[in-house]
Amino acid sequence: MHQLMYQLMRQLTHKLMHKRRWLFMLQLAFTLLICAFLIVPVILSMLAGLTVNYLVGIESGLTLRWVVEVWDGYRETIFASIGLSLACLAITLVLGVPAAYALARRQNRFTRAIEELLVMPVAVPGLATALALIVTYGTAGGFRTSWSFILVGHVLFTLPFMVRAVLAVLMAIDLKTLEEGAASLGASFGQRFRDIVLPNCRSGILAGSLMVVTLSMGEFNMTWLLHTPFTKTLPVGLADAYASLRLEVGSAYTLIFFVMIMPLLLALQFFATPRSKKFSVKDVS
Amino acid sequence: MQSENRRLLVLMLPAGVFFAAFFLLPMGRLFFIGGSGTLGWAAYAAIVTDRLYFGSLLSTLAVATATTLVTLVISGIAGVFLQRHRFPGNAVLVAMLTLPLAFPGVVIGFMVIMLAGRQGLIGTVTEAISGERLVFAYSMAGLFMGYVYFSIPRTILTVMAATEKLDPKLEEAARSLGASPWQVVRDVILPGLKPAFISSGAICFATAVGAFGTAFTLATRINVLPMVIYTEFTLSANIAMAAALSFVLGAITWVVLALARSAAGSTVAAAG
Amino acid sequence: MSAAGRPFSIQLKGCSKTFPDGTRALETLELDIEAGETLVFLGPSGCGKTTTLRIIAGLESPDVGGQVFFDSENVTALPIEQRNVGMVFQSYALFPNMSVAQNIGYGLRIKKHNAKAINARVSEMLEMMRIEALADRRVDQLSGGQRQRVALARALAVRPRALLLDEPLTALDAKLRDTLRLEIDTLLRSLAITTVYVTHDQAEAMALGDRIVVMDQGCVAHVGTPREIYQRPANRFVAEFIGTMNKVSGHASAGVFTCSAGTICWPQLPAGATELLFRPEDIRLAGADEPSTLSGRVAAAFFLGDRTRLFIEVGEAQPLVVESPARRSFELGEQLGLAIDVNGLLVL
Repeated sequence: MHQLMYQLMRQLTHKLMHKRRWLFMLQLAFTLLICAFLIVPVILSMLAGLTVNYLVGIESGLTLRWVVEVWDGYRETIFASIGLSLACLAITLVLGVPAAYALARRQNRFTRAIEELLVMPVAVPGLATALALIVTYGTAGGFRTSWSFILVGHVLFTLPFMVRAVLAVLMAIDLKTLEEGAASLGASFGQRFRDIVLPNCRSGILAGSLMVVTLSMGEFNMTWLLHTPFTKTLPVGLADAYASLRLEVGSAYTLIFFVMIMPLLLALQFFATPRSKKFSVKDVS
Repeated sequence: MQSENRRLLVLMLPAGVFFAAFFLLPMGRLFFIGGSGTLGWAAYAAIVTDRLYFGSLLSTLAVATATTLVTLVISGIAGVFLQRHRFPGNAVLVAMLTLPLAFPGVVIGFMVIMLAGRQGLIGTVTEAISGERLVFAYSMAGLFMGYVYFSIPRTILTVMAATEKLDPKLEEAARSLGASPWQVVRDVILPGLKPAFISSGAICFATAVGAFGTAFTLATRINVLPMVIYTEFTLSANIAMAAALSFVLGAITWVVLALARSAAGSTVAAAG
Repeated sequence: MSAAGRPFSIQLKGCSKTFPDGTRALETLELDIEAGETLVFLGPSGCGKTTTLRIIAGLESPDVGGQVFFDSENVTALPIEQRNVGMVFQSYALFPNMSVAQNIGYGLRIKKHNAKAINARVSEMLEMMRIEALADRRVDQLSGGQRQRVALARALAVRPRALLLDEPLTALDAKLRDTLRLEIDTLLRSLAITTVYVTHDQAEAMALGDRIVVMDQGCVAHVGTPREIYQRPANRFVAEFIGTMNKVSGHASAGVFTCSAGTICWPQLPAGATELLFRPEDIRLAGADEPSTLSGRVAAAFFLGDRTRLFIEVGEAQPLVVESPARRSFELGEQLGLAIDVNGLLVL
């Protein structure tokens, strides 16, 4: 730790000698302030979830009782979110990978239109999509009250990300010639898909999968409207907790959410660094 | 080859059918429901004719605009800075700035409460300084802060990627002609980043317009369009109005994002 | 070397190709390729040579009415997976997710040969191409020349009945191209496999082809051996596309052709000929005691090391290209006498 600080100071002073010092320091200070703005509440809420009494502060001691309370009351929502995101992943793989292949093989007006269409549930607010689903299928009793209803919303929202990720990788290789090469050696379509296409879009599938799982875990706007008291996900539980329970419990719940989603976000960042040309996290927005 | 065309069509079919059944059809139905209420098709005009709805539309657009402007300034400064200067800890800062990317609006709302709520950090600080607790989480100011919170991670990556592509030779040329650092920024860097600003600004705007979770968490005093739609649906059971308003909301965000995409060419989302 | 199966002959009957967007890539073509011969398609880009190759391969279908036969079997309706041809693509199309050995063995794996047979055959191919050391390398670690060899090995491993090569050397630099051209030539001669080779490089075509098909804008301009194509081109396009061609214009009467550069006596001169064509190697500087038929002034002289290339101004639209092996140097504007070998004269 001290090593790092020392290194940092040395580098900074080195820079100060050669750059406009005030400009650099000013920008650095600004950036640090913004980082603080984003990170401090996260840390505060994580702490609050572990503090005996938030009003008193950290002097009141650390405890896990809030976390336990959340677990006792809301553990179904945690399992539900995990299960839902895995199911969402499975469906987007089955729907999305073949679709991405088809879009990669043909690049014409028709396929571009399809790409545009697929993106629409992402461009349109989740509220509107959910409302549309409700007015159309709200009366189909069994469907409306089941997990599949929420799953449908999640798949609509995450499918374009899977398609995009796989499509990006497929477009970077000369898919047509590779397939012709395999065909010239006697491979049928199924064999080509298994031996050539799938192995070569592995990185796209991985990136897409991470994206889908992360987005599904964090989806709220649609899920809030689509849920019933028996089909609650983690974000929905969070909204409940914030409204009705004390701050420490809400914070503990948020802590659990962070613990679940941080590894995914870090994996996403690591796997697709922002400054690389590969499919990048900015496409999440 | 025809067999290939057939095969590709079959491959697209599952996704296509799913999409048609669960998005196109419902959207169509939403459109018609919107015109089936007591006002009939005039419901679609209600967003400008009715005082309440128009007011919420204006506040929504206002907060979205403010968010966009502030976010672009912040991301511009921080993004260019981080991309241009390599120092130990740079990657850590970038990671910190992009971490909130997948937080749902409800969590963002909670972050706002952590900062500006009744027991918030800002309140504690202002109390220590001036004796008055500053609490603004449950007002438009709090919403604005929340929107900026989730917009920064989205825009900063675009800005950094665009900065990476800037040709340093242009800046060197300007400096060789005597331009001061500020002039280089104004005349070379900012114009070079304009496309990135436009596209990420549009994304930011559309996301803020369609955001629901944040406003929901910060409670009902806030009068933005998504909240109005929600109350129409759940409290007033005015389904037709809710449908019409949400269809219009969807149309606004989709148009803005389509424009952004034609400028930038990347997937965009409205969530928060 | 039993590297290939029994070769077969290929016939194209009435094959033309119009693409969906309306481009007419190939005009109706009739072609017989003998078993075991190496046929080269030569022409500028867009002439239809690659389209023809792809029709033979089964990657494109000819327009209605066109037929492709392997020996006497009509394969027009067969897709490439079932034609058992070995194909080498311009970009090699090596599978990035497999090692060199896996690439070479892929065709055999599809045919469900057992592992031992596959390994044996792959080793045989690695040895034939002299790339044993590369067996476990990944494709992106290979140089251009190495990839080429792997592509060839992969195509030959399945014992195809014909080998189809689509500009295999175009992606390589000049020096490497020369080396590999020689290797491919040796390989093709030893394999005795029916080969169809597409290129835009004349030197390649002349070196490798038993026969050459010169194509221009979807049509066949000339089919013949390299010697025939070079010395007796069928038409103007071929004459000017292959090598360098000199031209003199004037009028003919009774075996004497008169032009601005001089007169040429040629007993076989066709009456009414207004242009004579000949190669640079059929015209030389007249010796001191030789009568010269043409004369002109030196417009440019390029010393190329082993010879000097002269451009002689004779009053025609283009200067004549003459090569001189002499160790003498030339001055611009120098008047020179030239003698023509009438055996090389062409009227087209």
